[in-house]
Amino acid sequence: MSASVLFDAPGPKARRRYAILGVVGGVIFALLMALVIWKLADKGQFAGYKWKPFAEWSTWDNYILPGLWGTVEAAILAIVISVVFGAVLAMLRLIAVPKGNSPTAVALRAVTWVTTAWVEITRAIPVLLMMLFIFGWLTAHGQGSGNGPLIATVAGLVFYNSSVICEVIRSGVDQLPKGQSEAGRSIGLREGQTVRLILLPQAVTAMLPSLISQVIVILKDTALGYNVLYGELLYRSKPATSLNGNIFAMLIVIAAIYILLNYAISKLATWVEHRLQARGRTAGPAAPPGDPAGPTNAPGVATGEAA
Amino acid sequence: MWPPPGTAVISPLTDRKGPVSSLFSDYQIWTALWTTIKLTIFSAIGSLIVGTIVATLRLSPVGILRFVGTSYVNIFRNTPLTLIILSCSFVLYIQLGISLADSSDPAFADINGFRLAVVGMTVYHATYVCEALRSGFNTIPLGQAEAARSIGLTFSQTMREVILPQAFRGAVVPLGNTLIALTKNTTVAVTISVMELSAVLKTVTERDPGLLNMAFLVVGAFFVILTLPMGVATGWLGKRLSVKR
Repeated sequence: MSASVLFDAPGPKARRRYAILGVVGGVIFALLMALVIWKLADKGQFAGYKWKPFAEWSTWDNYILPGLWGTVEAAILAIVISVVFGAVLAMLRLIAVPKGNSPTAVALRAVTWVTTAWVEITRAIPVLLMMLFIFGWLTAHGQGSGNGPLIATVAGLVFYNSSVICEVIRSGVDQLPKGQSEAGRSIGLREGQTVRLILLPQAVTAMLPSLISQVIVILKDTALGYNVLYGELLYRSKPATSLNGNIFAMLIVIAAIYILLNYAISKLATWVEHRLQARGRTAGPAAPPGDPAGPTNAPGVATGEAA
Repeated sequence: MWPPPGTAVISPLTDRKGPVSSLFSDYQIWTALWTTIKLTIFSAIGSLIVGTIVATLRLSPVGILRFVGTSYVNIFRNTPLTLIILSCSFVLYIQLGISLADSSDPAFADINGFRLAVVGMTVYHATYVCEALRSGFNTIPLGQAEAARSIGLTFSQTMREVILPQAFRGAVVPLGNTLIALTKNTTVAVTISVMELSAVLKTVTERDPGLLNMAFLVVGAFFVILTLPMGVATGWLGKRLSVKR
């Protein structure tokens, strides 16, 4: 291992110490895992009958795959709608307001102000609250069955994520050189045209890695639909465990599906980022990772693998 | 200032009969707010402890420890919080019989559910704390460490005088964002019937749809009130503590 910020390149003594630490740490970790497995086995979680259903096609066909489709369907709808709304919100926030008190200036100022307030509030309210509220509203108006849960899930995700995407795009635009909008203006484009034709395409390209990692957040958050009775992966798969009591096995399988999907997407984000860096099109280094639900405050998320 | 949990709350509004008063009198909204705050505080402390341990593993020079830390982050950060919290209830408690409260206590179900939720929140948010701390270290240019080593500082001196102060400053903003997200994510505890704020909204939905708008406004406003100061403080601290390079 070469030198890093934390540790210098190890010499012979340090290497011996690392080896000892590695063995000790490995043994402690192995013991912990053994303890967990022993506890699970003690309670019969590894009994054959609990895992056998996963070898049968009917479990997948009746429970897991329809649930996976429910998850993917909600995620795709939420992503597409959020990107469209997010771009619109970003445009509204990016309009340059002319100085003075002409009616246009006042109207534009009001639009930017309302959009800003909207973006701040929708990001401060938990997604689940919005889902519960929309679902409650639909139920009260007799729309609770049928597509009600899907609408509640997607709408809750869109309210939050469109605002997040708006902020991601806006920070992408902020990081573009000022000459870009000036050049747009000087060749005679109007304000809206400059944003739409010059700034947005560049900002979206530059922020593509952040936008892709927002897909992970949306995919994970579809699981919140469980609470509004939406037929996503958890909700659809749980009834399959009522016969054998193999909820542990089922949750492991579902978690594995989520981890594989999200890990693949985060790898995609990293790959896109390297591609863009190679082309010299990134808007600076990706923002530090560490925000569980997307950029709550500072715009610009990263995959976590990025840095 | 806050009423102890479980006690009925007498609010000055209860005597008047309006939607707001019945919301506060019938649905124990103050108790729910207190539960949300407690859930936030305990989970934040737990995640900070576990997250620091995971970050230490992830940043260590020993391959196998790094592997353990990285696996932890990749596994739990890619799993939905709903699934983790459900597992705490269904696997830890129901299947494995691990309960976290005294079973003779009349409030056993509530306390046990609350603690299981804290465990789930901790496991999930520790990954984000780990990544926040790691990003703090990543902001430090290698030259800082090289300069410290070349003037003859020992490892612990380098850490104490050069690396850790800068790493802490770089981690403030992502840690603040993690805290905000954690506060909002306490709502997921409704999945295992912890009576926090979103549970109030859910109960209102089922029992009293007429109060729905008011309940959403009140509960939503509580979250705005809880998270806005965190956001302002994070931004202020982040600016104040940022390392000029």
